[in-house]
Amino acid sequence: MSDTILGLRDIRKSFGDTEVLRGISFAARAGEFITLLGSSGCGKTTTLRIISGLETCDSGQVLLEGRDVTDEVPEKRDVNTVFQSYALFPHMTVAENIGYGLKLKGKKKPEIRKAVAEVLELVQLPGFEERRPTELSGGQRQRIAIARAIVNAPKVLLLDEPLGALDLQLRRQMQIELKRLQKQLGITFIYITHDQEEALNMSDRIGVMKNGVFQQFGTPSEIYDRPKNAYVARFVGSANVLRGRAAYEGDTLCLESGGVRMPVLANAAPPAAGEVLTVAVRSEYVDFASETESGIPAVVKEKSFAAGMLRIALETGEGEEVIASRHGIDFDLSPGEHVRFRFRKEHALCVEAEDET
Amino acid sequence: MKPKRRGWENAVFLAPLYLFTLVFLIGPFVYMLVLSFMTRAETWGVVQEFTLRNYARILEPLYYNTLIESLKLALLVTVLVSLLGYPFGYFMAKLPPKRRALLLLLVMIPFWTSSLMRLYGWIIIFRANGLLDKLLMALHLIRKPLKMLYTYPAVAVGMVYALLPFMMLSVYSSVEKMDWTLVEAARDLGASPAKAFLTVTLKLTMPGLMTGVILTFVPSMGLFFVADILGGNKIVLLGSVIQEQLMKVHDWPFAAALSVIMMAMTSILILLYRRITGAKEMEGMI
Repeated sequence: MSDTILGLRDIRKSFGDTEVLRGISFAARAGEFITLLGSSGCGKTTTLRIISGLETCDSGQVLLEGRDVTDEVPEKRDVNTVFQSYALFPHMTVAENIGYGLKLKGKKKPEIRKAVAEVLELVQLPGFEERRPTELSGGQRQRIAIARAIVNAPKVLLLDEPLGALDLQLRRQMQIELKRLQKQLGITFIYITHDQEEALNMSDRIGVMKNGVFQQFGTPSEIYDRPKNAYVARFVGSANVLRGRAAYEGDTLCLESGGVRMPVLANAAPPAAGEVLTVAVRSEYVDFASETESGIPAVVKEKSFAAGMLRIALETGEGEEVIASRHGIDFDLSPGEHVRFRFRKEHALCVEAEDET
Repeated sequence: MKPKRRGWENAVFLAPLYLFTLVFLIGPFVYMLVLSFMTRAETWGVVQEFTLRNYARILEPLYYNTLIESLKLALLVTVLVSLLGYPFGYFMAKLPPKRRALLLLLVMIPFWTSSLMRLYGWIIIFRANGLLDKLLMALHLIRKPLKMLYTYPAVAVGMVYALLPFMMLSVYSSVEKMDWTLVEAARDLGASPAKAFLTVTLKLTMPGLMTGVILTFVPSMGLFFVADILGGNKIVLLGSVIQEQLMKVHDWPFAAALSVIMMAMTSILILLYRRITGAKEMEGMI
């Protein structure tokens, strides 16, 4: 695509015997907000460091505006990073921190002063020039770290879990603010997080990573509504993953489990009858079957209450855990009770089994 | 809730500390200061007669030149020790923990031997037809023995040798505390490795370097035994003069005046150190 600003082609990286990245490829368009989502150790930070040049890759290519920068040193790349720990220089004032990059580019003092004032305005900390990083709160340091990066007008801004150290309320506020900044500046953001809510809220596209490969790369609604495999369903949608055998009633694909057949939505490559079938169902769509309805038998394991939802953990005859959630605390079920649960066809997605490697 | 400690309780707990400071630090210093304004007795001891003559005497060419020579040597030694010690401490801190521990041990081992003994080792190396001469002649770098012993370079080498570990260790301890993400941030913002070192690493490890400078400069003004052993009687340092005045000439007031001047110079250096490093700003940052 012509407006591709950053391209990664089959990036591989090992630390010793550990393969951290096993073929990472994606392209980011100008002004796009891309999130690399995954739990710790999935390789997302290494990917970011390879883009910035702070880490080298074993094979593959990094392209910036179509130019191969794979072997270029970090200072030559038109890319800036917002570090997780902020990495503000403690021996410099806020103005010196922000002006650091511009000074290295040989910009004149008045020009730097003007740019610093402007960017401080942008991150809503005007007049903070002479403060020391030690005198700032976590949220303020965060903004200065962002200011220090964007003042250089990079082609791509890399953000390594920038909100990780902030408390929940501040994090929500900064999410909105970051999104606003990104729209205003039109810079491509590559954002790293392990928080799926953050990823779904902010991104244009999300790459869900696990074990150094993308499990799925797509828009938030693709990832959330049509998870490609069990891992994505579980990690992004907090969905239940049920395994059983594929069976057909007429043309309808069914999940056979505990002697019961439940119709499910087929994906592009539905399995043949008798093969293993993996289905994702979100907890709010797990219903309890009445006397007359059919349902998969299970035992209530425990009940807990969180965020206005009652969470009922069930265990099927095959030993799989299934979570059903209900509004309100008052639900007449107690641990040890035998129940049968069911779900509607449109809420049961056939997904690929989890990649075990 | 912790009960509030009353004033007199604090005083009781702190009394030993105050007493120690008074008896062993302030007392002797005041004594020395007072002594430096007294007159020397004809034969032995001091006459309680106020005079500025002791300070005036320092300006006599003999002593003044010694002072300047001592300062010059101390400066040279400090520069050499910094140039050698900083890189060593820096790379030691960047090594993997196992090898780092080994190197630290190697630095510490010499301390288990008397420094006097180690200096005698240098005599074996430096003396005419000693190890150094033999080595250089065997390599055909020189024809005649250098006769390094009892020369200015020998004294400088001895001092650098004696003081290098202090620099290495103090640089090491401040480099070890470095947050290397800051260097990565500098590179990310467009700094070359050298530029990042100068603007970030060096600035942030300045307290360690300055501690090393003080630990080097101050003793090198007074390490008279190095000059005595490796310099014979040819190199006379301020420390030697003080020792001589006190122990041989028995001119206590003059020795005291010389000591006061030396202390003043040291204090100025420490004040400069605090000015340069601005210690407060370095601490507590991630």
